Amino acid sequence: MRELQIKQIKTTHQNTTIIDNISVHLKAGEIGCLLGPSGCGKTTLLRSIAGLQKLTEGEIYLGDQLVSSNQFHLAIEKRKVGMVFQDYALFPHMNIADNIRFGIEHQSRKQQQDRIHQLLELVNLAGKERRYPHELSGGQQQRVALARALAAKPQILLMDEPFSGLDVELRESLARQVRCILKTEGITALMVTHNQNEAFAIADSVGVMKDGELLQWDTPYNLYHQPNYPFIADFIGQGVLIKGSICGCRQVHTELGVLNTQLAEDHATGEKVSVLVRPDDIIHSDKSSWQLEVVSRVFRGSHFLFTLKLPNDEQVMCMSQSHHDHAVGSKIGIKLEMDHAVVFPLQNLKKVKAHCCTSV
Amino acid sequence: MKKYLNLWSILTIATALLLTVPLWVLVSFVFEPTNETWAHLVDTLLPEYIFNSLWLMLGVSIGTLLLGIPSAWFISQYDFFGKKVLQWALLLPLAMPAYIIAYTYTGLLEFEGPVQSFLRTLFETQTVNLWFPEVRSVGGAIIMFSLVLYPYVYLLARTAFSNQSHSVMHASRTLGAGPYKTFFKVALPIARPAIIAGLTLALMETLADFGTVQHFGIATFTTGIYRTWTAFGDTTTTAQLSVLLLVFVTILMMVEFWSRRQAKYFTGSNQAAQAMPTKLSGIKSAMAFSICLLPILFGFILPSLQLLDWSINVAETNLNMEFLKLVWNSFSLAFITALVTVSIALMLSYAKRSQKNRTVDSAVRLSALGYAIPGTVIAVAVIIPFAWFDNTLDAWARETLNISTGLLLSGTLFALVFAYCFRFLSVALQSLNSGFSQIKPSMDESAKTLGASNWTILRRIHTPLLKSSLLTAFILVFVEVLKELPTTLILRPFNFNTLSVKAYEMAADERLADAGLPALLIVITGLIPVIILSKMIGNRNA
Amino acid sequence: MKNTWILLIICTLGMPVYAASDEVNVYSARKEQLIKPLLTEFTRQTGIKVNLVTSKADALLKRLESEGRNSPADILITTDAGRLHRAKVADVLQPSLNDAMKKLVPEHLRDAEGYWIGLTTRSRMVVYAKDRVKASELSTYEDLADPKWKKRICVRSSNNIYNQSLVASMLSHKGVKQTETWAKGLVNNFARKPKGGDRDQIKAVAAGQCDIAIVNSYYLGQMINSKDAKQKAAAQKVSVFWPNQSDRGAHINVSGIAVTKAAQNKDNAVKLIEFLLSPESQVWYAETNNEYPVVANAKWSKTLTSWGKFHSDSLNLTKLGQLNSQAVRIMDRAGWR
Repeated sequence: MRELQIKQIKTTHQNTTIIDNISVHLKAGEIGCLLGPSGCGKTTLLRSIAGLQKLTEGEIYLGDQLVSSNQFHLAIEKRKVGMVFQDYALFPHMNIADNIRFGIEHQSRKQQQDRIHQLLELVNLAGKERRYPHELSGGQQQRVALARALAAKPQILLMDEPFSGLDVELRESLARQVRCILKTEGITALMVTHNQNEAFAIADSVGVMKDGELLQWDTPYNLYHQPNYPFIADFIGQGVLIKGSICGCRQVHTELGVLNTQLAEDHATGEKVSVLVRPDDIIHSDKSSWQLEVVSRVFRGSHFLFTLKLPNDEQVMCMSQSHHDHAVGSKIGIKLEMDHAVVFPLQNLKKVKAHCCTSV
Repeated sequence: MKKYLNLWSILTIATALLLTVPLWVLVSFVFEPTNETWAHLVDTLLPEYIFNSLWLMLGVSIGTLLLGIPSAWFISQYDFFGKKVLQWALLLPLAMPAYIIAYTYTGLLEFEGPVQSFLRTLFETQTVNLWFPEVRSVGGAIIMFSLVLYPYVYLLARTAFSNQSHSVMHASRTLGAGPYKTFFKVALPIARPAIIAGLTLALMETLADFGTVQHFGIATFTTGIYRTWTAFGDTTTTAQLSVLLLVFVTILMMVEFWSRRQAKYFTGSNQAAQAMPTKLSGIKSAMAFSICLLPILFGFILPSLQLLDWSINVAETNLNMEFLKLVWNSFSLAFITALVTVSIALMLSYAKRSQKNRTVDSAVRLSALGYAIPGTVIAVAVIIPFAWFDNTLDAWARETLNISTGLLLSGTLFALVFAYCFRFLSVALQSLNSGFSQIKPSMDESAKTLGASNWTILRRIHTPLLKSSLLTAFILVFVEVLKELPTTLILRPFNFNTLSVKAYEMAADERLADAGLPALLIVITGLIPVIILSKMIGNRNA
Repeated sequence: MKNTWILLIICTLGMPVYAASDEVNVYSARKEQLIKPLLTEFTRQTGIKVNLVTSKADALLKRLESEGRNSPADILITTDAGRLHRAKVADVLQPSLNDAMKKLVPEHLRDAEGYWIGLTTRSRMVVYAKDRVKASELSTYEDLADPKWKKRICVRSSNNIYNQSLVASMLSHKGVKQTETWAKGLVNNFARKPKGGDRDQIKAVAAGQCDIAIVNSYYLGQMINSKDAKQKAAAQKVSVFWPNQSDRGAHINVSGIAVTKAAQNKDNAVKLIEFLLSPESQVWYAETNNEYPVVANAKWSKTLTSWGKFHSDSLNLTKLGQLNSQAVRIMDRAGWR
């Protein structure tokens, strides 16, 4: 296993830029994940690493070996990357054992058998060697694809939406299994997904992409609590933006009151900003005298998610335990539980970077 | 509901039985005791028939695969100089009848032909013919068949390669397999069912050919069948030989069926990323170009030039209004036949899909046997039952009504179109079956839950979705009928002449030069639909 | 649009061909280009419309047999006497020859019971390379089996009726045993496996692949008169030899004509036969295709004249039909492919 370094790469297709100026550093043994809506270029980035896509600018290193630049393109088959495809891409005319064997045919028969056996144990499919792909369930096929990609001990494992074809209930548990397998084998891996739960379940660090750019590369915790962009705040978890105005250093005035914030630079007092409020920032408390009207509510099993109306008609969300049921139109008591509010400038809500110190 | 299903099944089985009447006529002879002609054949020629036919099949398999698969692979996977033209031009040899290409190559390569003459001048020797390979040989016939039949393999292989999930091939590459290993161990095995389907068509046509092997002096099943009939005048043995030939074909079709059954699992998800064709440049582009040009050059351009050369020599005396009539006859006959055949094929393949009934299945498969039966045999097997029907009806009418109905069906275009339908149904079925397999069964089910009847589903859902398969089937049958010779020759009504009959009568009289013009016109008339077909496929893939 | 097509199909398909009164319907195994011009002339002179379908002789015969008494055909034309004999045996013909016809055509060129009559004759002659073979070396068909011709003879395949008839004539004159020995000897002398047509054999002699070829006379005639310079040149490299001049004569066969049993226009059919036996028609065949007229007073073409008169086998051609399948069996056993 090796580290992965991507340096300021750019790819184009028919004069259209697909991804631009992207840099990523993945340490050996680390599991990374690219998160973003469809069409954001995350799959293209993955394909560039695999060698399925040529670079217009920049460089990609696996370990200390240059594999792609605008001048150089190491053939796909020489890169020693393992890849799990969205449709698994199992060879339909070969049985499971032969699928896994495909990448290690140069090894001795004994080594092949041992490795196949070991991998099938690992992915919990022992005894299915003679089955054909169409005889397996989706989850089983997915695990065969993983085993096949791991067989030759690749320098890095790439996974393109590996769980998208599976039932929702299955995805997270499988993602955790896969993380376990990858950590057991000590594999450096990079996955692409549009589902944050999968990303958080599997990855050490996550990058969020939009329109061909990498917006933020960080731990899942930081992405949630300290998003760099309103887009990320919106894409990861729930939350709303309410109006606020700066009222002195490290404080912002909103309809919820004056909140603490960590401003990177000085702002003029009175400057209008947007403030991110997550559902878990507002706690329901029957004792509180601070009462807001319930506009709508959603039952989530373990909790209720209330949408509440502020006096100036702005809306915020609030989580409560599921035995606290309140009808729409009634008023409920709340209290704030917020360390530092994340503040974004007003204009161009989607693109601009947050005015918030990130913990780099 | 149940009543509808039964009606469909009965209708299908009845159609298949009616269509296969010629087959039953043949089979009825099997139960007659073999006579001394049969014994004589077993003693003398039968082993040779079998040997030569097998040899031809083996050679044509190799030839069509060698020509069809690489070109299909390059066209479907790469982008290179001339690809836009080559991808449809590769279908052109389909318009060239096998016996015509055989005549042109004989003309090109014989002693007085341009090639040997050139070599004589080049080496200043008169003995070129001593070492020059003889085109009129089994090897030559294999090359001739391969040159005009490879488009079937190309057509089906190309579609299969294009529809293959690219991620499967990419997976192979990321697992360390180079382009060659990826092609031979992944792409080729996955495309195998389609390739075998194309190969089956090519081999069936090889087995049924008479003109080429006759001219080249090769004793095959077909020449044997013909000879048993003409020289011995022995209908029983002729039919028995034909049925033996059908046993060959049935084996071939079983292989195809078996391979297609696996195909169900082989077609990956089509919505998977279909990467853009890789762009080739420089020497690689030139190589891909040459590989794709080669079959067109030898299967179409060269023989066409020879035909043109012959035609020009005689154009001023031969080209007249009569030819306009011939073109019209050939065209309208092919058009009507294609229309009828495709309609029947649509009905049969839909019944096969919707009924999921073994009897229906077998009936449909049985009706596809005609393609491998030599046209002469089918023609005679049509004459006998049709005349029997006419005469029985006539006798009955004379007896009861005291009028004569004469011959109602014999000697009419109806008999001819009927024979074509049986002979070429298999071509249309191949195309439609593969078209149907791309429409998910859930489509039928959802239409049914919305209250649609079988007819409605066929008319409103399948026919629009099958448009390109229908057109492919139509055009393939059209071209086949245009080229067809023995059936037309034997069954046509009075004063009805076609281009292929004209070409044959000239060629059989050893007037190759005069045969050039009608042959060229066959090719030109057949060219138009081939171009439409290829444009259409090109658009669909783009 | 759709309805128009359906209507069109019904109209084209469902229209049976009925013979009207002033017509004559011809089933011809002669190629269209070798019969149509004469039929057109016949219509011009008599006003009788001729409906023609050309096909292979056996297919026409099968059609006649199957159609039975309802067959639309009045006339059957074939390119060999054997097929006419087969048609007679199959009971699809009727006697039609009148005394005038019998007087015009020699006895061995027509059916003894008046069922069919020859229209033209051709000979299965021997051609040889002028520079490699002397005429004095050649004598009879029998002699061609002599080992001195080893690897020097070209002839087309045994599938062809011309060769079948030749062997049948040998069978009639010499019996089974001698014929089989002869056929084996001949096959041993083949320079190459039989392939191509008669013209190809002549070309092979010209090209030096073999020294002798056995071909039908009119093919050489066509080549001599060809517009194609290469064919002409090839034809000029060979000479004609008439075999068996000192005994039975060169083997000949006819193209012939007969009236069908089901004929509804017998009078017109007989008129057509008379027309085809007229000197004009006979000369046309000689001029157009270098076939020998069956009537004595028809003028020969230049090419035919140049080959000279020859003594032809007067064997009754019905024999050829009777012996045909036996001849083919002998060829099969001899390995003549």
